[in-house]
Amino acid sequence: MKLTQLSLFLENKPGHVKIPCQVLAEAGVNICTLSLADTAQFGILHLIVEDWEKGYAALKNAGCVVNTTDVLALVVPDRPGGLADLLDHCDTCGLNIEYMYAFTRRRKQDAIMIICFEDPDKAIEVLKDRKMDGVDVMRCTDLFGDLEGL
Amino acid sequence: MTQSSGTTGSVLSVGTFQAISAPDYIPKKQLQELQLSRLQQIVTHAYQNVALYRERMDAKGITPVDIQSLDDIVHLPFTLKSDLRDTYPYGLFAVPLEEVVRVHASSGTTGKPIVVAYTQADLEVWSNVMVRTFAACGLNRGDIIQNAYGYGLFTGGLGAHYGAEALGATVIPISGGNTDRQIMVMKDFGVTAICSTPSYFLHILEHAPELGVHFNVPGSNQDCNVRLKAGIFGAEPWTEAMRKHIEEASGIKAYDIYGLSEIIGPGVGSECSAQAGLHMFEDHFYPEIIDPETGASLPDGEEGELVLTTLNKWAMPMLRYRTRDITEILPEPCSCGRTIRRIRRIGRRSDDMFIVRGVNVFPSQIESALLAVEGAMPHYQIRLTRQEGLDQITVEVEVTPEIFSDKVGAMERLQQKLSHSMENIIGIRAALRLVEPNTIERSMGKAKRVIDERAL
Repeated sequence: MKLTQLSLFLENKPGHVKIPCQVLAEAGVNICTLSLADTAQFGILHLIVEDWEKGYAALKNAGCVVNTTDVLALVVPDRPGGLADLLDHCDTCGLNIEYMYAFTRRRKQDAIMIICFEDPDKAIEVLKDRKMDGVDVMRCTDLFGDLEGL
Repeated sequence: MTQSSGTTGSVLSVGTFQAISAPDYIPKKQLQELQLSRLQQIVTHAYQNVALYRERMDAKGITPVDIQSLDDIVHLPFTLKSDLRDTYPYGLFAVPLEEVVRVHASSGTTGKPIVVAYTQADLEVWSNVMVRTFAACGLNRGDIIQNAYGYGLFTGGLGAHYGAEALGATVIPISGGNTDRQIMVMKDFGVTAICSTPSYFLHILEHAPELGVHFNVPGSNQDCNVRLKAGIFGAEPWTEAMRKHIEEASGIKAYDIYGLSEIIGPGVGSECSAQAGLHMFEDHFYPEIIDPETGASLPDGEEGELVLTTLNKWAMPMLRYRTRDITEILPEPCSCGRTIRRIRRIGRRSDDMFIVRGVNVFPSQIESALLAVEGAMPHYQIRLTRQEGLDQITVEVEVTPEIFSDKVGAMERLQQKLSHSMENIIGIRAALRLVEPNTIERSMGKAKRVIDERAL
């Protein structure tokens, strides 16, 4: 249910985002999606990869500062208001979101959002209990299975 | 046995008393008699054999016979580091070269090194004070000492080496550098104590897990596979916070020792089991505290510059040598029972100090500020720049997995906390920059903490 995201600390300097990507390439770990949060001085790279344990080990060995965070992959209807409805629902249910980003590739009629909730376990409970039309918490295997099928 | 009233409570766990430590416990009156008689002899020897001392004493109108009490030492002229440079290489030797059996040199930051010399008897004194250092740190025959101080012209390596041998311990003369080999030897040889700079030991601690070497850390899921119990750390200023960090991350006792080549090398002073200040081996090295501005003597308990006189060193006696180290002589007796006085840990050397916007800043203050913020590790570097005529301090701190968060807000809060902590301690705003791990250069010897890019 929960997905393991890798987070990396990067200095905001030319060429620095390339390094972890090369490390993952050499380890044969595929990046599914990512987001980069940056400030003037540093950036934090969030990565969803297929084999996070292998990716984590490779990055750590390469001397990167890497952490893991539990995030959720949510299926959202790919139509105007699809995401707005979900966020409204989260708001109503008191689910705080730290940050989020989207899968760039579409799946059927849906979009997939990666969301880091303040409390991922509570988010799973709430989203399952009060199911919204078209919104679904994806299983890890489904997520990567779908990607392979694309 | 009497119950100690000390605050550390560890006094009763002191190892067996070692006979060689006896001079550490001389009754005060006898110690002072010994000091006076040695002072009179060495002043006479220096006056008769070293032109610089004779000229300076003559200029002040005093002769060796004017030293009638220990308090008369204040009439003697000071000796400065520049005096050693100006008389390079042999100008302060007080014996013919045939009697000099060893020469060391310390690297001067500019120009010529400083040369120091020893007679056979001086080497015996040196070895004696190093044995007393190791004994005070709880080491004995049967200990396996990994000596990671550099061997060669630097006094650290050979000074610790001969002291450890004279103690009867097993010495591993590994010298500095080659961290992987240091870690392997530590584990495979069953090393029980290491001599190194504290920053180099931190470097070792950082790399040990990669080599499958684990220290005795409470709550760790890795079984400890080293026997290390003590670190004899010196040759650079460090802080109480850094000691706490080392002890928690390694499960060893981290002892601070004090020494400088001009006086003898390591072995001028050492902590004991109480870890509450460094006992000065004052039967050989007479300590005074002075006001660094005026040169006036200060009483025990007041902070100032440490001045040392070698009472029993013949090849190259030092009269009232100004160490530039800022400390105080602790007036209270130590809970360990030693009668030789203690100095407070040297947190700063007056020559490490830098001045930014008129404020005196010591790297140790920055270190305390970083360590005061939970989780911050002491790999840092201070960069001084000048922008539009205004001096800027930027402290670069390496990010570790422990302090890293995936949330930008959390990282910015950490940056602010560190900045505030520094501002509170040093009194001016310092920029803080989080940098990637292993981007700050590690030195094998003294850590290079300050990079001054100002064109002063």
